[in-house]
Amino acid sequence: MSGNGQAAVLDRERLVWVFTQMLRIREFEERVKRTFEEHPGVIRGHTHLADGAEASIVGSIAALREGDQLMATYRCHGYPIALGTPTTAMMAEIYGKATGLCGGYGGSMHLVDVDRGFLGTSGIVAQGIPQATGAAWAAQIRGEGQVVLCFFGDGASKQGAFHESLNIASLWRLPIVYVMENNGYNVHTRSEQEDANAAAGEPLATKAVAFSMPGVTVDGGDPVAVHETVAAAVARARGGEGPTLVESRVYRLSAHGNIIAPPGVPLHFPEHEAIEKFGAPEEYEAALRGDPVPRFRARLVEDGALSAEDADRIAGEVRDEMQVAVDFGIESPFPDAARTLDHVYA
Amino acid sequence: MARELPYIVAINEAIHVEMARDDRVLFFGQNMANTENEPFVDAFGKDRVRVTPISETAEIGMAVGAALAGYRPVVELYMAEFMLVAMDQVVNEAPRFRYMSGGQVSVPLVLKAGYGFTAGWAGQHTGTIYGMFMGVPGLKVAVPSTAADAKGLMATAIRDDNPVVYFHHYLLTLEHGDVPEGEHVVPFGEAAVRRAGGEVTIVAIGAMVGTALAAAETLAGEGIDAEVIDPRTLAPLDLPRILESVEKTGRLVLVDQATRHGSASAVIAGEVADAGFGALKAPIKQVTALDTTIAYSAPLEAYALPDADKVVGAVKQVLGSSAVAA
Repeated sequence: MSGNGQAAVLDRERLVWVFTQMLRIREFEERVKRTFEEHPGVIRGHTHLADGAEASIVGSIAALREGDQLMATYRCHGYPIALGTPTTAMMAEIYGKATGLCGGYGGSMHLVDVDRGFLGTSGIVAQGIPQATGAAWAAQIRGEGQVVLCFFGDGASKQGAFHESLNIASLWRLPIVYVMENNGYNVHTRSEQEDANAAAGEPLATKAVAFSMPGVTVDGGDPVAVHETVAAAVARARGGEGPTLVESRVYRLSAHGNIIAPPGVPLHFPEHEAIEKFGAPEEYEAALRGDPVPRFRARLVEDGALSAEDADRIAGEVRDEMQVAVDFGIESPFPDAARTLDHVYA
Repeated sequence: MARELPYIVAINEAIHVEMARDDRVLFFGQNMANTENEPFVDAFGKDRVRVTPISETAEIGMAVGAALAGYRPVVELYMAEFMLVAMDQVVNEAPRFRYMSGGQVSVPLVLKAGYGFTAGWAGQHTGTIYGMFMGVPGLKVAVPSTAADAKGLMATAIRDDNPVVYFHHYLLTLEHGDVPEGEHVVPFGEAAVRRAGGEVTIVAIGAMVGTALAAAETLAGEGIDAEVIDPRTLAPLDLPRILESVEKTGRLVLVDQATRHGSASAVIAGEVADAGFGALKAPIKQVTALDTTIAYSAPLEAYALPDADKVVGAVKQVLGSSAVAA
C-alpha cells in the first residue's frame, strides 16, 4: 500500500506522489483508448476508463495504510495503478495475454491484485458492495484495525445490494468507507432521470440518512479534498465507529465504455453521452475546463510544491512507462489454450 | 463411535465440529443467533455467529467478501428458494472470482439450503432446484440423503476451498441414522452404492434414495435385483461409478424430485447416453417430478412427484417385464 494513511494533511512529497499517480492513471487510460486505433482487435469486449476520476481514486487510496483492502467495479484500472501494480501486467491483462495480471482470465473488468489489497471487482453493477462489506466484517473479526474501501458508481446506489449492505454495515459498525463516484450518469442515463435524490436537487449522499451513518459530498476533482474526507472516514472506521458514505462528484471524461458491437465491427470509444446523446457539448466542454489533472498540476506549481520542469519530467517518465506497458502487452504471448480449465476450481 | 441422530442434528453437529476446529469458519443468517444462550453463539461468540436482516444479496455477497478475505462462511438460508433472491452472488460472483483472477483468490463458502418441502408448502417453498446450480462451473453441489452424509458432506463443504451449495431435504429433517462422532468427512465426487444388485441400476438423488430403496425392496420381492446408487454430490458428479454399474446391469432408471427439464436426472441420462450407450440393453428411464409448479392440495402435490410405485413401474419397463408406464 502506497499511502501512509496517518496524516490527514498531505506533505509536499505526498502531494507529488498523488499528482504522479493521477498522471499515471490518465496516461494509462489514454493508451488503452489509443490501442483501439493503434492495434485494432487487441482489446476485446467492453472497456471502461477512469479518466476524470483520477483525483478521487488517488485521494481515496492515499488515506489507506498497509493491510487495508479495497474492492471496486468494472471501471477498475485506476485503483491498482495507485496501489503500485505493474502497469505492464495490467496492460497485458487488458490485451488478454499470458503475462497479464490475471493470466488473461479476467480482462479489463476484472483486475485483481490481492497482494496489494485489491480483492477484485464485480462486472455487475453494485454486486461488489456486499462483498466489500463482507471483507469489512472479516476485518472486524480479525481485529487488526484494517479498513476496507468500497468503490462504486452513482448507478449502483439504486440496487438492493447497496441498501442491504449499508444497513448491515451501519448496524454492525463495520470498518468500511463507501466511496460513491458520482459521475452524473448511470451508463447513458442522467442521474436526475433515475435517482429520487438527484431529481429533488439533493446530493446522493442523502441516502446515508436512511442507514444512520454519515453521508458526505466532496469535490472528486480535488484530490486534497477527497483525501481529507476519506481519511476522516477511514479514521472513524478504524476507530470502530462504523461506516461512512462519501459521495465523490466526478465527471467521466470518456464515454461509459467502448461501443458494443459484434465481432468484425472495429471497436472504438464514442463521444461522451453529453455530446452523443444529450446534445450538450457545453456540459462536456465545461468538464474539460475543470479537468482534475491539469487543475492539480497548476495548483502544485502555483503553491510551489512542484516546479513546472519537474511536472514535465514526471509526465515524460509516465509516458515512457506506459509505452513500455503497451509494448509489453503487444509483444507478450497469448495463454496456452490447454490451460482454459486451470482455475475453475481451487 | 456412531450413534443415532436426526439428519438435522447431524448437520448442526458438523458445523459445530468444524467451527471448533477452525476459527475461520463463520455461521450466520436470518432469525438465528438472536440471544446469547443459543448453542452456536454460546460456543463461538457473536463475532463468528450472527443474525442478519432479511437481505439475501447482502448475506451471500458478504460471504463472498469474507471468503475473499480469508474466512470460511456458512450461510444459513433455510429455504433453497431464498437463493433465487441473490442469484447474481450465487451464480455470477462466488464461482467466478477464482477463475477471473487467474487463480489468485479462492471463495470457500457454504450456502446451506433446505429444499423439496413437499408437505403442503405449495408453489414457492417446495422446489428441487439443484439442477440450476450443478451446471455452474466453480460451484459444488452436495445433496445428502442420510444423517451420516448430512454430517460428512457438510464438513467437507466447509473444508472445501470452493463455494458449495449444500441442499438438505426438508422431509429428511427428522430422519434418524447412525452418525459417527467427532470429525467425520465424506469426500465429494464419490457416489455411494446403497444397495448392490445386478439387473438394473437406479440412480436416485437426495430424498429419492429412500424412495428408490423402497422400490428396490418391492422389486426384490418379485425377484428383481436392483442396484441403488446415491451420487451424494452432483458437482462433482461420480459418473465413472454410475457407468460402471450400467456396464454391469445394462439398464438405468433415474429418480429425481426435480422437474424433468431442470433435473440432475436429465444431465446424468445425457452423460450415460453419451459415454455408456453400448452397455445399455434398454432405453434410460427417468422418474422425475412433472414439469409443473407444486400445488398446495395433497393429491395435486402427490401426482406431480416421484414415488416408489412409479420407480417400480419404470424398472419393470426397462426390464421389459411389464407394459406399465412410469
